[in-house]
Amino acid sequence: MLTIRNLHAGIEGKQILKGINLEVRPGEVHAIMGPNGSGKSTLASVLAGRSDYEVSNGSVEFLGKDLLELSPEKRAGEGIFLAFQYPIEIPGLTTTNFIKTAVNEVRKYRGEEPLDAVQFLKLMKEKMALMEIGQSLLSRSLNEGFSGGEKKRNEIFQMAMLEPKLAILDETDSGLDIDAIRIVANGVNKLRNKDNAVLVVTHYQRLLDHIVPDFVHVLYNGRIVKSGKKELALELEERGYDFIKNEVNEGQEA
Amino acid sequence: MKTEVFQPEKQVIDDELSTIERAVLSEYKYGFVTEIEADEAPKGLNEGTIRFISAKKKEPEWMLEWRLKAYRHWLKMEEPTWPNVKYDPIDYQDIIYYSAPKQNVKPESLDQIDPELRRTFEKLGISLDEQKRLSGVAVDAVIDSISIGTTFKEQLGELGIIFCSMSEAIQNHPDLVRKYLSSVVPITDNYFAALNSAVFSDGSFCYIPKGVRSPMELSTYFRINAENTGQFERTLIVAEEGSYVSYLEGCTAPMRDENQLHAAVVELVALDNAEIKYSTVQNWYPGNKEGKGGIYNFVTKRGICKGVNSKISWTQVETGSAITWKYPSVILKGDNSTGEFYSVAVTNNHQQADTGTKMMHLGKNTKSRIVSKGISAGFSNNSYRGLVHVNKNASNARNFSQCDSLLLGDKCGAHTFPYIEVKNNSALVEHEATTSKIGEDQIFYCNQRGIDTETAVALIINGFAKEVMRQLPMEFAVEAQKLLAISLEGSVG
Repeated sequence: MLTIRNLHAGIEGKQILKGINLEVRPGEVHAIMGPNGSGKSTLASVLAGRSDYEVSNGSVEFLGKDLLELSPEKRAGEGIFLAFQYPIEIPGLTTTNFIKTAVNEVRKYRGEEPLDAVQFLKLMKEKMALMEIGQSLLSRSLNEGFSGGEKKRNEIFQMAMLEPKLAILDETDSGLDIDAIRIVANGVNKLRNKDNAVLVVTHYQRLLDHIVPDFVHVLYNGRIVKSGKKELALELEERGYDFIKNEVNEGQEA
Repeated sequence: MKTEVFQPEKQVIDDELSTIERAVLSEYKYGFVTEIEADEAPKGLNEGTIRFISAKKKEPEWMLEWRLKAYRHWLKMEEPTWPNVKYDPIDYQDIIYYSAPKQNVKPESLDQIDPELRRTFEKLGISLDEQKRLSGVAVDAVIDSISIGTTFKEQLGELGIIFCSMSEAIQNHPDLVRKYLSSVVPITDNYFAALNSAVFSDGSFCYIPKGVRSPMELSTYFRINAENTGQFERTLIVAEEGSYVSYLEGCTAPMRDENQLHAAVVELVALDNAEIKYSTVQNWYPGNKEGKGGIYNFVTKRGICKGVNSKISWTQVETGSAITWKYPSVILKGDNSTGEFYSVAVTNNHQQADTGTKMMHLGKNTKSRIVSKGISAGFSNNSYRGLVHVNKNASNARNFSQCDSLLLGDKCGAHTFPYIEVKNNSALVEHEATTSKIGEDQIFYCNQRGIDTETAVALIINGFAKEVMRQLPMEFAVEAQKLLAISLEGSVG
């Protein structure tokens, strides 16, 4: 469903991604790992369409469409969802109202009728039970005064409401304790099915104990330098990123 | 009368601008002109002009004297220069002070209103047909210098409520008018109030008798249509003991390259245990993107909580006008009285606003609450100016003020000028202020959820203004929310 070819991108003239190639098929979970500054979050932002980033080369195809041609809201309409590393606060806007607007805008994009208040509430109740999230959180202003864990759970709840085809989790585990990680991961696992895919961007292996990936890719210096099965994540955990760096550097010298 | 139709300028979107800066290209929906013959005073201001207006309205001698006194005082006054706004000097001799649509027959009832005028108001979303009207809202429709009709007069009359144009009130209820007119805003109060007193032409008068709760919203819709004219209206609301009224005003004007002056005076009087809720949705033409044209909105609004336990609440949504200069205030004279001021002021392009309130605590145990939300975009300038005064006899006075500013882009300005004068040690006065920006990251977050940028801006500003918007009467809250979004249309894009 997602095919990234030779993707080059950067910000303010600084080249960060230097030729990414990646193929994601429906039903798969891919983990993107790598040391700080390797370009993980840049990849997530470029896929979601953040305008600060400039794509200088390469292509991204999503479900047969040229993703890079689409505005961020159209990408969302097509089924791309980004769970933010730092979810944004909007004071005075209730989380429920925000999600209702999002759900109906996406429906509009897909040529579906908007949900009325009753239908929306029914859907929300359903997903609240699934995600084990309380009403009180959803009545509050969007992300305002939320704890780190609440913000991330709210991201996953939005994912549940929007039912994306490709969910990108950008460092969703950062700043969470182990219990919060488990709750968030459970949420993601409940949403997995054969038709959707998940791209987990993470620095640490610990999230992957709970969201088990089919493939692990190591991003270093703007390129995927190593790909493998879930065991690769364990190896990284054990040996640190240095062994990858050494391998890459040796390769370049040779 | 010269008539032109002004087309809204085409939107030009410059790719060089950041997304937020681009949001500032709004179009004004109410900029049309109605072609109608007008009965006008000659241009310029002198005693003759005042006599002309007074004679047109067949006013009693005392009214003419009152006007002339105001005029003579005005001649000795100087235009205020302290507001944080800039404009070229106004030539007061270049303004037409009276302009009324010519009507062959004076309409005896609403059915006889000139169809062209009726259509004008319908185009503005104001139906003068009582059957079609939003139930629960009575309207007084004012165009240029005169009121052309008031709906639901009979039904209100059965309860003893008087709701009519000021001209009619002077004719039919002279005792009430003489008793209360200029009792809150003296004719010598300030430059624009004195000018208004000299030349005011119409406005609304509401009188709620003892113990009556008005069963419907009373509202006045002000429309400027004629060219080169100024609109000077006068509104007076008196709420007798134990009564309640909710009143709303709305306003629009055609798009013109020249600035037009609107200098109104509003006075509210609340007696023992009475409550007046006054809401404004101000949408005068703000001028074009380059700052040409637009209304100068120089308005004096003041209420007095004269009786014990009385309450006056001002709510304003200010989106229009090239320049806004107004400070709806409350004199808290009665013990245990309450004053409130809720304001959302939006400035875009080259608009300037200097607005706020004055809460004058004179009585004991008086309370006031100020919530001001300023939203600035484009090259505009938005100032909050407020005074909380606690008199030496006003024991246990309480005030809470919250002034928040939201900026869109980096070429606009937001300023806060809070003045606090406390002469009684038992007073408790609190002031909070914040300034924030709509960030690209907020917009992107919404975009990523499938929400386009215009809708995202609307969500963000309505969230910001929520505390004020929920004070508006239900019928108008939705309209006002849309208006906020439209005023900033294109300021992020």
